Amino acid sequence: MSIRVENIDKRFGAFTALDDVTLDFRTGELTALLGPSGCGKTTLLRIIAGLETADSGRILISGEETSDKPVRERQVGFVFQHYALFRHMSVFENVAFGLRVKPRRERPAEAEIRRRVMELLDLVQLAWLADRMPAQLSGGQRQRIALARALAVEPQVLLLDEPFGALDAKVRKELRGWLRQLHETLHITSIFVTHDQEEALELADRVVVMNRGRIEQAGPPQAVYENPANAFVHGFLGASNILRGTIRDGLFHAEGASLPARNIHESNGEAVAYLRPHELDMSRRPDPAGIPAEIRRILAFGALARIELVTLAGRVPLEVELPQRDLAGLALAPGDSVHLVPQGVNLFPSAEAGALPRPVLAKAG
Amino acid sequence: MAGATSALSASQHFESRSATRDHGLVRALLLILGLGFFALFLVLPLVVVFAEALRKGWDTYWAALVEPDALSAIRLTLLAAAIAVPLNLVFGVSAAWAIAKYRFRGKALLTTLIDLPFSVSPVIAGLIYVLVFGAQGWFGPLLDGYDIRIIFAVPGIVLATIFVTFPFIARELIPLMEAQGSEEEEAALVLGASGWQTFWRVTLPNIKWGLLYGVILCNARAMGEFGAVSVVSGHIRGLTNTMPLHVEILYNEYQFAAAFAVASLLALLALFTLALKSVIEWRASPKSEPEARPKEPLP
Amino acid sequence: MMANAASRSVLPGFGLTLGFTILYLSLIVLIPLAAVFVKTATLSPEQIWAQISAPRAVASYRLTFGTALLAAMVNAVFGLILAWILVRYSFPGKRLVDALVDLPFALPTAVAGIALAAIYAKNGWIGQFLEPLGIRIAFTPAGILVALIFIGLPFVVRTVQPVLQDLDAEFEEAAASLGATRWQSVTRVVLPAILPALTTGFALAFARAVGEYGSVIFIAGNMPLVSEITPLIIITKLEQYDYAGATAIAAVMLLISFALLLVINLLQAWSARRGRRDA
Repeated sequence: MSIRVENIDKRFGAFTALDDVTLDFRTGELTALLGPSGCGKTTLLRIIAGLETADSGRILISGEETSDKPVRERQVGFVFQHYALFRHMSVFENVAFGLRVKPRRERPAEAEIRRRVMELLDLVQLAWLADRMPAQLSGGQRQRIALARALAVEPQVLLLDEPFGALDAKVRKELRGWLRQLHETLHITSIFVTHDQEEALELADRVVVMNRGRIEQAGPPQAVYENPANAFVHGFLGASNILRGTIRDGLFHAEGASLPARNIHESNGEAVAYLRPHELDMSRRPDPAGIPAEIRRILAFGALARIELVTLAGRVPLEVELPQRDLAGLALAPGDSVHLVPQGVNLFPSAEAGALPRPVLAKAG
Repeated sequence: MAGATSALSASQHFESRSATRDHGLVRALLLILGLGFFALFLVLPLVVVFAEALRKGWDTYWAALVEPDALSAIRLTLLAAAIAVPLNLVFGVSAAWAIAKYRFRGKALLTTLIDLPFSVSPVIAGLIYVLVFGAQGWFGPLLDGYDIRIIFAVPGIVLATIFVTFPFIARELIPLMEAQGSEEEEAALVLGASGWQTFWRVTLPNIKWGLLYGVILCNARAMGEFGAVSVVSGHIRGLTNTMPLHVEILYNEYQFAAAFAVASLLALLALFTLALKSVIEWRASPKSEPEARPKEPLP
Repeated sequence: MMANAASRSVLPGFGLTLGFTILYLSLIVLIPLAAVFVKTATLSPEQIWAQISAPRAVASYRLTFGTALLAAMVNAVFGLILAWILVRYSFPGKRLVDALVDLPFALPTAVAGIALAAIYAKNGWIGQFLEPLGIRIAFTPAGILVALIFIGLPFVVRTVQPVLQDLDAEFEEAAASLGATRWQSVTRVVLPAILPALTTGFALAFARAVGEYGSVIFIAGNMPLVSEITPLIIITKLEQYDYAGATAIAAVMLLISFALLLVINLLQAWSARRGRRDA
């Protein structure tokens, strides 16, 4: 089932949660709504589910207008951030709930309910927990039960609000793979909300980056990551180093270096460069396209080593990531001077840089 | 929730740490002062009620309870509570649903107004119905024309009882339902449940302990109310006397043993209420976060 | 943003429940209460003043508010001690004590009244020992005080207890590690933290005591100008069919109750704010 969201506006008092949002979700795709908290992603999800009403705009599911359809008739599966399992019902009864509240003539017989529930519990691999109460389950188990419950009503669309938000890192990673697999099996059009860029990039067929109630960019994960439409997207997806400088004669001049850039749309003037930490090569030899910098600290553990530097010219902090074995070959120590040669520079007009949600070097999410 | 288990472990926790452990003498002094005060002001009156009730033996005690006026007072008390508690129950659930599940202008004012009867003297609670329905009141003459009596009759007693017990259930449920949020209800709706199904299958089971808690406190006050009922009752023996009023009449007639006998029934009701309250607090506490209720002062 | 979710909730029943709530509130509480002020307004200002400033009325205000204040103060001290021992110490029978603290909420006031009278009357359980010493409690203002202490105690305990419970031991450990004595850490760290709750409990106990009737009249003696509380004056006037007089005095009491309610609400807001900051 395809979903189309058209010109949706939503305000809470003076706060604009959604500002003229239009989006298409294709049948069978798994889409991530990604953005910082307060960007409107959860509101959009809740509007699609019918849990909120938009101030204006339309929602079409399979081409059919649903804006006025009450939530209980929309046939959407919704997985709540904190699962919202009915705490007084067993796992079995939670999953059976959607079947039991159907009007009498549509309600399956008890044996059929039993069969369907157990089938779903098998699907989420938790059949052995059928008689437990929600309070007795771990976070990851609750998450899977919530999903089984949502699937029980055979939804046309599956909506997940921060599905892994309340879980610890290890469980999150496991469930991520499991959810992807489940999606491959079921192929229900699914949308999930997340503020974790890694999760979005890894899991989704398509990523929609949102900020301040607007869509900044939508597309396949790789396209969005490699060709961020603006400074916000670049800053939000993965770590970025930021350099302020000027464009002159087709080159970007900053911190004592003249750098070629991927996307100089701008004529001469001020601009801000975004550089990924792993796209900076370090060399001891001077290079006109290399930024002179001094090493402050080396964090050498794990597969990737992180090196913190400051530029010699303006003492701007930078971060470089490189594979551990390359680091060994360079024989670096704090205090050494090096030249950083960017493999790719993304330039954005300097006004946009202000829209960044968080300090530059911090990894989003 | 100060429930016994958590309080116990917490106090051991405080007593085991040097920074929060009081000096032995201080501890002894505070225990003596606190428990002495407790014994003098709370335990002693309770003991006195039963001791005085049985002073003249079981026969007198029993006779005082089965005497027709006493039985009629018991019946009236039960009747008033049987009307007031369900009405306030429906009101409490309805008010808590509106206040806890939605945002609207004037919500804080509404919550305060619901608490209003707690801050009104019981005597005034009776007076207001005299002013509205009494012989010289707004509707008194009108109702008199249809031969309907409210003041100095059972309806007045019921009304006064409703007034003084008005906030009990609502103020129990509002914070509880606010703490629980609406996610479970939303989940039920998404799964296709109707409004009623959502309420009966999801909301009600989640608030049942809080509801019961409110009901027993409401009931205790409804059966025990004295001031408000005294104003509207007219004190007609066998007709408009509730148990507390009957206690007063017996006491003023110097029938102390009989007065304390009836009073002992009310005291038993109080003890039963407290026991049930403790059980509910104990039941509700280990179950999990939102239903764990803080002990709140209840007038 | 999620906090706003309930604002335009999809949950059904808003109109029905709010409508019923307001209707029921108006019929049972608001309209009858308004009757007091409407009735009072039918009197001329001179009449009202004559009613509310009569010597008997003024004496009753002094008695009612004086004893209520004193009782609330006694309760603040002993309620705090009780809350402290319930939270901080373990001792046998603690569960029972904890449960029985609520007795004044559950015990009908008339029962409390006759029990207290039986204790403090001159031939009563305690009164018989006080009589030879020349101390009289029942049928004097001291009796009223005893009754008001009884009914007000749980308010202080039950407002202070949860706050004390939530006050982490770390605060006192921090104070101790910074060199504070036990006395300093209690007076400078613990007491300020529970002060809003204690004040709220005090105000609740006071407000309740001001309106109390049932437990007082059995032990007060009810002598005009000496031991006659304001609610009793209202009853007396009603029994004499002096509706206007009763209503005028009731209006004074209501206004004071509303003012107290406002103060209590502000105190609770303060308490809640303080609680959050400590959390």
